[in-house]
Amino acid sequence: MSAAPLRATAARRVLDGFGNSLRSTSLSARPTNVEELAAVLQQAREEGLNVSFRGNGRSYGDASLNTNQLSIDNRGMTRVLSFDPATGIIDAEVGVTIEDLWRTGLPHGWWPYVVPGTMFPTMGGCTAMNIHGKNCFKAGPFGDHVLDLDLMLADGSIKTLSRTQEPDLFRAVIAGLGLLGAVTRVRLQMKKVESGRLKVRPIQTHSLEEMFDCFVERMPQSDYLVGWIDCFAGGASLGRGLVHQANYLSAKEDPEGRSLLALDAQGLPPSIMGIPRSMMWRFMKPLTNDAGMRFINTVKYHLPEPHDHEGVFYDGHVSFAFLLDFVPGWRNAYGDSGFIQYQLFLPDATARRAMREALELCQRRGVVSYLGVFKRHRPDEFLLSHGLDGWSLALDFAVPAGDPQKLWRATNDLTALVLEAGGTFYPAKDAVVSAEAFARAYGERLSRFLAIKRQLDPQTLFQSDLSRRLLLY
Amino acid sequence: MSLRFTRAIIVGASSGIGAELARQLAAEGCDVALVGRRRAELDALAAEIAKHGRKAIVQTHDVTQVDETPLVFERLVEQLGGLDLIIYAAGVIHVPEEGVWDARAEMQQLQVNAVGAIAWTTPAAAMFEAKRAGTILGLSSIAGERGRRNMPGYTASKAALTTWLEALRNRVSRYGVNVVTVKPGFVDTDMTKHLTKKPMMIPVNTAARLILAAARRGDSASVFVPFQWWLVAMVLRHMPSFIFRRLDI
Ligand SMILES: Cc1cc2nc3c(=O)[nH]c(=O)nc-3n(C[C@H](O)[C@H](O)[C@H](O)COP(=O)(O)OP(=O)(O)OC[C@H]3O[C@@H](n4cnc5c(N)ncnc54)[C@H](O)[C@@H]3O)c2cc1C
Ligand SMILES: NC(=O)c1ccc[n+]([C@@H]2O[C@H](COP(=O)([O-])OP(=O)(O)OC[C@H]3O[C@@H](n4cnc5c(N)ncnc54)[C@H](OP(=O)(O)O)[C@@H]3O)[C@@H](O)[C@H]2O)c1
Repeated sequence: MSAAPLRATAARRVLDGFGNSLRSTSLSARPTNVEELAAVLQQAREEGLNVSFRGNGRSYGDASLNTNQLSIDNRGMTRVLSFDPATGIIDAEVGVTIEDLWRTGLPHGWWPYVVPGTMFPTMGGCTAMNIHGKNCFKAGPFGDHVLDLDLMLADGSIKTLSRTQEPDLFRAVIAGLGLLGAVTRVRLQMKKVESGRLKVRPIQTHSLEEMFDCFVERMPQSDYLVGWIDCFAGGASLGRGLVHQANYLSAKEDPEGRSLLALDAQGLPPSIMGIPRSMMWRFMKPLTNDAGMRFINTVKYHLPEPHDHEGVFYDGHVSFAFLLDFVPGWRNAYGDSGFIQYQLFLPDATARRAMREALELCQRRGVVSYLGVFKRHRPDEFLLSHGLDGWSLALDFAVPAGDPQKLWRATNDLTALVLEAGGTFYPAKDAVVSAEAFARAYGERLSRFLAIKRQLDPQTLFQSDLSRRLLLY
Repeated sequence: MSLRFTRAIIVGASSGIGAELARQLAAEGCDVALVGRRRAELDALAAEIAKHGRKAIVQTHDVTQVDETPLVFERLVEQLGGLDLIIYAAGVIHVPEEGVWDARAEMQQLQVNAVGAIAWTTPAAAMFEAKRAGTILGLSSIAGERGRRNMPGYTASKAALTTWLEALRNRVSRYGVNVVTVKPGFVDTDMTKHLTKKPMMIPVNTAARLILAAARRGDSASVFVPFQWWLVAMVLRHMPSFIFRRLDI
């Protein structure tokens, strides 16, 4: 089987990073099965095009951009190949999304072990980035729950990889940024849940130290822990915020929870305060500036969440996990210049100091993140994983329309801070780190990854704007 | 707003309105890529433009070869070092003789005037959408307002082009892309040489001047050239069919 000439006949697609600050056109192909995919790869090779992959474009920066080259769209391959309600094992094509996973599993009492803050990422994106959730300290990253996967190499051949079948390659493909080949299928273990909801305890923390202490204290008895930081607060309140501790509920603890596994019990509400969800971002836009966001962060910090006499409330899995999906199009509120996310990953030993310095640095420079999210991580087995025994702080910065340099100067300094603290960067979130900084953070692991890359893909068929920026070839 | 163009592709630049647009653009400091089938004409124009000190790239290409279009487009953008204006001026006209029915000649006009325009403006629109800037200008015609007995394929092709450009404008103007539909009346060029009735004909340099003024406004519009044709178009559009079919136009 051969594909039509791509340069002459392929559709063009304007692709953006989720932050809306990077954008370009690519040739686009959407194979619907592995035979078509192999034909497209062969055609690309013949035409001298390089190839990257696109899931649902939920990476913030340039990870799924491939300017003027070929972008292969996962959304042609979206079948759930099998799901076993007895074991919670799901075998899925690469375009299956996190949403598809929970819709398939939840009615039978299975929830994905690891989900990001949005339900739209595909198996391809989750695998290539080895994504983490609000339970990373406990459940590890996405890759920990992958049983096996199929990888199509540059020549169109397929390898099945697992912890027993070519384990080194398995550990390089997960978190491999799509640079070793096309992931076409992923088999996953899901997590048994007995209730459709979680018990959530909101905890106000008055400073960054308190936030760290709260996590340290609560980690042993939590299933999920996520911190929100008001990045505008300074002085003694620097790093103040809220922690959400969430726990699964057993059938004994929550007898009614079983009926909430049904899909209709999980949906997101169609409107918030009477405003249709699809319109919400327009109302956010006038507030998406320093003054508006300082106000919103303050209100959020002080406004107690409704809870019962024990200080807890109950939240469905979907609404707890995918809060950001409540407001579709929210990224548009940042306007035409968009925003970037910068997530600092810091080792346990230096995290408290470096995170404080990071928050202070942003305030000094007048580039304050409108949203700060705090998580605990753990190291994992994947070669190029961002995971480490430490902590992360994800920052969302509006790109200043008039003076973007102001932001780039600040992120350069954040990068220096992360390097000095012995931390790492996360390509799913990154748009700004230099090749040198990335190489310093990943060191010898990067050399090993590139050795595998050169051996499997000597012609460098698989590239992306990110791989060219970070010199990953 | 007044846009300044520095890198333009003109498809259908070997004569008439396209050639004059290229001249005037170059005179105001714009590098141009000249596309058409006739090499000699393109070369002569390029030489003239080079005298003004602007870059003029010659590209022979038949717009009905739509599989070549994306590659040619990309190469020209690369040679120009970017793009901020694309003009689609290629066009042919066929006036059938009474009693003669020639499907090939009719279809050829759709291929050149409409299908070729889709082939060229699509990659440009994709690029401009990503850049959040750029101007697409298409030379349609007052002839696209109604189906006329004297030029059925031509009027159908211009109606298609007008609608295509309108759709393009509606698709990309929210991304800051400027799409201009130009509907000239009669302009003194090779195309009109053989026509018998040419009311309100204007010289080609006047036409080009008005067209570029509309493009520079940057407000994504549809304009008649000269604007008086707007009134004619209104009358034509509202004329009941039973009267219109009696007109020998
Ligand atoms: C609101 C929001 C919240 C988020 N929260 C989190 C979070 O909590 N934790 C977290 O870890 N991430 C989070 N993310 C990031 C997101 O999970 C990752 O960027 C994920 O990779 C997106 O998946 P995608 O399918 O959209 O892939 P894309 O963004 O389209 O692509 C991502 C990468 O995957 C590669 N890829 C895609 N398909 C294939 C394939 N078939 N074969 C090989 N490689 C492939 C691409 O080449 C690219 O490098 C969040 C993103 C958003 C927008
Ligand atoms: N003149 C008028 O009164 C008038 C009125 C309304 C609208 N228009 C429109 O304005 C545009 C320009 O017309 P004009 O008056 O300047 O006529 P023209 O002098 O005949 O120019 C037509 C141009 O189209 C090009 N062209 C035709 N077929 C082509 C093909 N297959 N491939 C590539 N290029 C092709 C020609 O180049 P090659 O021959 O070298 O290929 C030439 O450069 C046309 O779209 C026309 O319909 C003109």
